[in-house]
Amino acid sequence: MNNHYPKKTVQVPTFNTYRETDAGKPLVLDVRNLGIDFGGLTAVDSFNVSLGPTEICGLIGPNGAGKTTVFNLLTGVYQPTRGSVLVNGIDTKGMSASKVTKLGIARTFQNIRLFTDMTVLDNVKVGMHNQIKCAFLSSTLHLPSYYAAERKANQRAMELLDFMGLAELADQKAGSLPYGVQRRLEIVRALATNPSIILLDEPAAGMNPSETTELMHQIRRIRDTFHIAIFLIEHDMNLVMNVCETIAVLNYGRLIAKGTPEEIRQNPQVIEAYLGKEDA
Amino acid sequence: MKKTLLNKNSRTNLITYLVVIVAFAVMQTLSSQGKLGSAVTGYLVPVCCYIVLAVSLNLLVGICGELSLGHAGFMGVGAFSGVILATMLKDSIPSPVLRLVLAMVFGGVLAGVLGFLIGIPVLRLQGDYLAIVTLAFGEIMKNLIGNMYVGMDDSGFRLVLATAKPKLIGKGHKWILSGAMGITGIKRISTFAVGFGLVLFTLFVVLNLINSKEGRAIKAVRDNRIAAQSVGINVTAFRMKAFVVSAFLAGMAGALYGLNFSSLDASKFNFNTSINILVFVVLGGMGNILGSVISATVLYILPEAMRGLRDYRMIIYAIVLILVMLFTWSPKVKEYTSVLADRCKRMFSHKKEAAVK
Amino acid sequence: MKFLQYCINGISIGSIYAIIALGYTMVYGIGKMLNFAHGDIIMVGAYICYCVTNYMGLPPVVGILASMVVCTLLGIVIEGLAYKPLRGTPSLAVLITAIGVSYFLQNAAQLLWGSNPKSFTSVVSSIQPFHLFGSLTITGEVLVTVTASVVIMVALTWFTSKTRIGKSMRAVSEDRDAAQLMGINVNKTISITFAIGSALAAVAGVLMCSSIPVLQPTTGSMPGIRAFTAAVLGGIGSIPGAMLGGILLGIIETFAKAFLSTQFSDAIVFGVLILILLVKPAGLLGKQVQEKV
Repeated sequence: MNNHYPKKTVQVPTFNTYRETDAGKPLVLDVRNLGIDFGGLTAVDSFNVSLGPTEICGLIGPNGAGKTTVFNLLTGVYQPTRGSVLVNGIDTKGMSASKVTKLGIARTFQNIRLFTDMTVLDNVKVGMHNQIKCAFLSSTLHLPSYYAAERKANQRAMELLDFMGLAELADQKAGSLPYGVQRRLEIVRALATNPSIILLDEPAAGMNPSETTELMHQIRRIRDTFHIAIFLIEHDMNLVMNVCETIAVLNYGRLIAKGTPEEIRQNPQVIEAYLGKEDA
Repeated sequence: MKKTLLNKNSRTNLITYLVVIVAFAVMQTLSSQGKLGSAVTGYLVPVCCYIVLAVSLNLLVGICGELSLGHAGFMGVGAFSGVILATMLKDSIPSPVLRLVLAMVFGGVLAGVLGFLIGIPVLRLQGDYLAIVTLAFGEIMKNLIGNMYVGMDDSGFRLVLATAKPKLIGKGHKWILSGAMGITGIKRISTFAVGFGLVLFTLFVVLNLINSKEGRAIKAVRDNRIAAQSVGINVTAFRMKAFVVSAFLAGMAGALYGLNFSSLDASKFNFNTSINILVFVVLGGMGNILGSVISATVLYILPEAMRGLRDYRMIIYAIVLILVMLFTWSPKVKEYTSVLADRCKRMFSHKKEAAVK
Repeated sequence: MKFLQYCINGISIGSIYAIIALGYTMVYGIGKMLNFAHGDIIMVGAYICYCVTNYMGLPPVVGILASMVVCTLLGIVIEGLAYKPLRGTPSLAVLITAIGVSYFLQNAAQLLWGSNPKSFTSVVSSIQPFHLFGSLTITGEVLVTVTASVVIMVALTWFTSKTRIGKSMRAVSEDRDAAQLMGINVNKTISITFAIGSALAAVAGVLMCSSIPVLQPTTGSMPGIRAFTAAVLGGIGSIPGAMLGGILLGIIETFAKAFLSTQFSDAIVFGVLILILLVKPAGLLGKQVQEKV
C-alpha cells in the first residue's frame, strides 16, 4: 500500500449532523484525533467522528483505506497510537476488546466469525453471556437460579432470532448455514450483547440486490426497535446513500469528507478518491 | 425447540453417571464378598484416581483446546501435600475417612492455588508454547519436590529445599518428606468408596461446567477466540477458571493416590505420567467425558493385566496404541473400513436372499 | 579460566541439543507435527553404531555411516506407516501416535539389546584431549561435536536456500496447499524432511554417547525433551532458532550445574525457559503470527 498522503490539506467540516431527536443527548461514540502506526506505516491518522444515540452513520472509502482498522481501533482489538475513543462517555484507553464490548459497543466482522461448531441458538446465547446474571458457583452446582437464568436467556435469544427471521433455524449448526443467513446471525449475536452502538463491517457483502434491499429495511428496523446507533462500513453505494444519515469518507487512513449523503455525493475530493482525477 | 431434560446432552450425562454408579456397585459387592483377587482389588483406587485425572485433563484439552503436558505435576503436589497433612494429623484425627477427605481437600486446594499462580504467566501463550511451558512447570514441580524436606520438630513445622538432609532440632522427631527418598511408612487410608465419591464429584463439577453458561463461553473461545472477545468474553479469565478447576481436581486425585501406597517418591509424577493421562484423554475422545472414564479404566488395567506377557507387554501396548490411533483418526483407514463394512453387509444380504429362495 | 571451561562444555552439550533440535524443528515446520519419537531415534542410532563397532569390530566411521543409514530408513518407514495416514487430522492425534512409536522403539530396543546399560566406546577415541592456556581441556569429543554442529548448520542453511528440494521444503512449511498447486510433491518433501531429521538424530546419538558413554533404551528420552525445549526456546520452525536454542540450553544447563546446584538443574533450566518465553512468547527467533481481524 502506498503510504504518502495527498499533498494538499483537506478541509474537514467540523460540524456533526444529528437527527433532531438526538440533539442535546450525550454522544454514544466520540472519537477524537484517532491514529495508529504499525511500525513505520501510518494506517489511520486524525480520525474524528461522533455519533448520537440513534444515528446511522456510514464509513466508506476505497479498498485499503483503513476502514476495518478504524473498527478494530474502536472495539479495542488494536490500541491506538494517538487520540481517544469514548464509548458512552468512557475512555477506552488501555482496555482489552472484551472490556470495551461491555461498555456498549458490538460489532460484526468482514470475514464472518461465527462459532461454526455451535448451534444458531447457542451462538446468540454466547452473545448474551454478559447479560445472563448467574454466579459461577450457581453454574457449577446447577442450582435452581441457574435454570431460571437459562430459561430467560432462551426466551430472549429466540426473540432476537425471530426479529431477523431466523427462529426456525435455532437448532442448526451455524457452520452449515448459507452465507447471507450467516451474516444475519452475526448481527443477531451482536444485538444480543445489548449494545448502545453496533458496528457492521460490510454487512451486504456477497448479497444479491433483493437481499440488500431487505438488509436496508432491517438496518432501519434495528435502529427504530432497539434505539441504538449504527456505524457501518459498506461498498454498496445504494445501501449507504439510502440508509445512512451521515457518511464519513476515508482515504489513505484519513478523513477526507463527512456529511449527509447529498453532500458526499457531490464532494469533489470523494469523487477523486473513488474515480481518480479528471484529466482537464 | 430443546427440552431441557430429554436432549442428547442430558442423556449422555445421565448414562455417564449410571455407568459409574453401576460399576461401583458391582465392584463393591464383589469385593465385600471376597470374590475379587488381590490384583483387581489393588486396581480399584488407582483407577478412580486416573479417571479423575483423565476427566480433569479432558476439561482442559478436550473442552478448552489447551494442550497441557504437566498434569502429573498437579497430581504430585496433591499427593505429597495430602500425605504430609494426613501424617501430621495422624494423632489428632483418629478417623481415617475424615483424614483422607481432609487430605484430599488440602491437596486439591494447594494444587488449585498453584494452578492459579502458574496460570497467570502461562495462559498468555498460545498452542505449542503453552504446551512446552506446562511441561516445564511439571518438571520444575517434580524437581523441587524431589529436593524438599518437610517435617516437624521442636521449632515447629519445617519446609526446606536442600540437596542434603538438614539437621533437626530436638529428639524423636523425624522428617516426613526426605528429599529424593520421598515419603515412607505412609498409613494407607484410601478406600474405593471415597474414590467413587471423588469420581462422582468430579463428574458433577465437570459436566455441570460444560453444560452451563461458562461451558458455552469456553467452547466459543475455542471455536473463535476473536469473536468471543468481541461479545465481551474475557478469554484469559475463562482459560484460568478451567485451568484452576482442572488442577484442583488433579490435586484431589493425587492425594487419594498418595494415601493408597505405603511409600511415595517424586519420580512417579513425571512427564511420562502426564503423557499417559493425555493418551487416556485422546483415546477416549476429546471432550467426551464418558469416553475418558472408560479409556482411563481400560488403559490403566490393560498393561497391568498383560503382566503375564512379561517382556512383550509394553511393545504390544505400543502397537495397539498406534493401531487404535490410526483406525480412529486416519481418513483413509476409515474410508477403507467403511467400504469393507459395506461389502460384508451386501454379502450377508445376498446369503439371506439365497437362503430364502 | 573455569568460566571458559564451563562455556566450552556448555557449547559442547548444547551442540548436541542443537542437532537434535534441528530435527524437531524441521519436522514441525514442514510436517506440522511434534515427533516425540525423535529422541528414541537418537537412541537407536547409538545402538546401531555400538553394534557395528563392538559386535562386528568395524571402524567407528563405518559405525556412524551405518547408524545414519539405518536411522534414515527407520525415519522414512515410521513416517510412512504411522504419520502419513494421519495427515490433516488435529495435531494432537499425531502427537499421541508419535508417543506410541516412542514406546515401541524403547521397548523394541529393550528386547533386542536388553535394559542393562552398555558402555559405549567413543568414536573419537583416536583424538587425544588437548590443553589450551594450561587449564582448559578440550577433549576430542568436544571438538568433533562442535565442528559437526557447525558443519550441519551451514549445510542445512545452504540446502534450504539454494537447492530445489530445500526450497520446496520451505514452501511446504509456509503454505502446503499452495506448494502442491505449484507442482511440489508434498509427500516426497515431507518424507525427505523426516529422512534428514533422522540422519541428524543418528549423528547426535553417536556424538552424545561418545561424550556420555552410557547407553540404554531410555537414553534418548531426556535429551529428546531437552532438545524439544531448545527448539521451542529458539522459536519452533526456525532452523537458526534451533541452533541458538540448543547452544543456549546447553550453556544454561552447564552453568546451573556448576554454580547453583546439580540437583536443581532441571528446575533452573526450565525456569529460564519460562522466563524467556514470557518475554518473547514465540521463542527467541520465532515469528509471532498476526491473525487478521
